[in-house]
Amino acid sequence: MGILEVKGVNKRFGGLQALSNVNLSVQENTVHAIIGPNGAGKSTLLNCLVGKLIPDTGSVMFDGQSVLGRKPHEINQMGISRVFQTPEIFGDLTVLENVLIPCFARRDGAFRLHAFETVSAEKEMMDKAMQMLEDVNMVSKRHMHSASMSRGDKRRLEMAMCLVQEPRLLLLDEPTAGMARADTNNTIDLLKEIKEKRDITMAIIEHDMHVVFSLADRITVLAQGTPLVEDTPENIKGHPKVREAYLGEAA
Amino acid sequence: MLGLEKKDVTLLAVVALLAFAAPFILNPFPEGSEMAQFNAGYPDLMQRFVIFGIFAIGYNILFGLTGYLSFGHAAFLGVGSYSAVWMFKLLSMNVIPAIILSIIVAGLFSLVIGFVSLRRSGIYFSILTLAFAQMSFNLAYSVLTPITNGETGLQLTLNDPRILGASTGADGSIPVTSLFGIEMRSTYEMHAGAWLFQFNAGYYVCAIILVAAFYLAMRIFRSPFGLMLRAVKTNQTRLNYTGLNARPYTLAAFVISGMYAGLAGGLMASMDPLAGADRMQWTASGEVVLMTILGGTGTLLGPVLGAGFIKYFENIFSKINDNVLHGWFAALPDGLEDTLVFIVHPFVGKGWNMTLGLMFMAVVIFLPGGLMEGGQRLAKLFRKKDKPSGDDSEHHPKQAPHVAE
Ligand SMILES: Nc1ncnc2c1ncn2[C@@H]1O[C@H](COP(=O)(O)OP(=O)(O)OP(=O)(O)O)[C@@H](O)[C@H]1O
Ligand SMILES: [Mg+2]
Repeated sequence: MGILEVKGVNKRFGGLQALSNVNLSVQENTVHAIIGPNGAGKSTLLNCLVGKLIPDTGSVMFDGQSVLGRKPHEINQMGISRVFQTPEIFGDLTVLENVLIPCFARRDGAFRLHAFETVSAEKEMMDKAMQMLEDVNMVSKRHMHSASMSRGDKRRLEMAMCLVQEPRLLLLDEPTAGMARADTNNTIDLLKEIKEKRDITMAIIEHDMHVVFSLADRITVLAQGTPLVEDTPENIKGHPKVREAYLGEAA
Repeated sequence: MLGLEKKDVTLLAVVALLAFAAPFILNPFPEGSEMAQFNAGYPDLMQRFVIFGIFAIGYNILFGLTGYLSFGHAAFLGVGSYSAVWMFKLLSMNVIPAIILSIIVAGLFSLVIGFVSLRRSGIYFSILTLAFAQMSFNLAYSVLTPITNGETGLQLTLNDPRILGASTGADGSIPVTSLFGIEMRSTYEMHAGAWLFQFNAGYYVCAIILVAAFYLAMRIFRSPFGLMLRAVKTNQTRLNYTGLNARPYTLAAFVISGMYAGLAGGLMASMDPLAGADRMQWTASGEVVLMTILGGTGTLLGPVLGAGFIKYFENIFSKINDNVLHGWFAALPDGLEDTLVFIVHPFVGKGWNMTLGLMFMAVVIFLPGGLMEGGQRLAKLFRKKDKPSGDDSEHHPKQAPHVAE
């Protein structure tokens, strides 16, 4: 039994069957990659996991509990964090403030009227945020207006915001898109390190096969809303169906 | 000190100093001089500066931090005024219970209106608040006459019970509002050469409350709660996926700003114990939006400045009529004098709204961060001269855009 169990999920957008009978089982403390051509339904699948979309049919269980019918913030509080395909950060705030918010969210829950404490005096939260910024090499940028950063930096920041929450399941939607090669390699190293240091499960959508094969323990190939195969990276590389549907099409 | 950082302590000290020294600062011109009409240091106007300053500080906690643009905050101010007057009628002429009741009633009222209105965001939220405020205004005007005394407005009478006080004053007239015996209307006049400075008890009560209100707003701005409110303004999607529920945060901000409005309304009634429905009208709600934007949305000091500016224009520019203009230009040849009066005429007197409107447009177009941004730009100009450009990593975030949602 995996930490995440998706069973028989269907999702239609008007005439388009974006997901048809998707089954997916992600084992605890593994990295599970989901690959597939553009429009395969990868992001749609993630949206169904975090409460952004509700599947037409099927079930989604996280750690034995259904996530369906819960609001996004409740699902996050269960221990699922998500990095979006287009970075979602607090653009008007500084980098440090961006990382502080998830720290407070983890400590205080969905709402707390902490109007008389002072952010800068919350030593524990500050230390935690600064440590995270160090891990992603962004300490020198901590006072920057986050909207004015490069796309790669925004992504890195968003990842830091998710990681600092110490989620049990981290969902990453193309975390290295828009990053320079060096940053991509840093990201791979960071994720590897996190994976070794903590109990964390990751589901990662990625087009960059270098990233996928460096990180993934298992790979699911999705095409036109249906999982084609699920196997280890070694087996996926040589799979004829995959070459035809995905690697072939990408070439 | 006081749980504040050093630069905030300085800012608070500046505000306190300005508030307490206002009778001097606002009366720079000697009595009887040509310029004396620009003096604003009389009790009535100073009270208004401070009361609307409090109103705007509170409004800014909602609009400035969360970006939710309410068009109905005058309703809470009106409710506060009615509550205070009722307290004067039923309990006593002491302003403390009146002000406390104003805050509580406005808080409850804003909880109800906020709960419903915050189901929507953006323009729909604004329209909902506007609708509620207009509904309150109309109710106060007609259906609720037993509570609000309709068109006439709620006033004190000699027949009010005032169970902890006296129905009538010592001389048989309606008693006046007071704070443990200090009458709000009592004024000490200080003559210094050609100058006249007036120190009014009511004004100082308002000023002390303004400083307290400012301090409270400062704490909220610097708190984790304030950080969450700014996060709401910036990106609600990210907020939700970070495990935070935006609704209780926005509702708390709405209620806090409603209580500030109630406090302002209560103070208004404490200075002059009457309350009318027109205090709740949409124009009054619009005014606080203008004050906040003019001064600088989302800044601490901006709303107070904006309130002062607008009230100054309303009270001083509106008093300049053609006679005054002719007086100013009397030294010029007749033809030129008439031409100048003709040109200036539409901008003063009854035309003060036009000057204010033009000024507002200029600020929004050239200084989107309001007067505060103007001040910051000036400060930067001066600083550049002493110091070469600072450390880039320490540079401060750009001013947040002033209108969101
Ligand atoms: N909210 C929506 N409304 C309508 N159609 C949608 C919606 N979201 C996704 N789709 C459609 O569903 C299909 C799957 O989209 P999805 O974003 O999941 O693909 P993807 O695998 O993430 O692709 P990419 O690699 O380009 O990110 C696409 O055809 C897309 O146009
Ligand atoms: Mg996608």
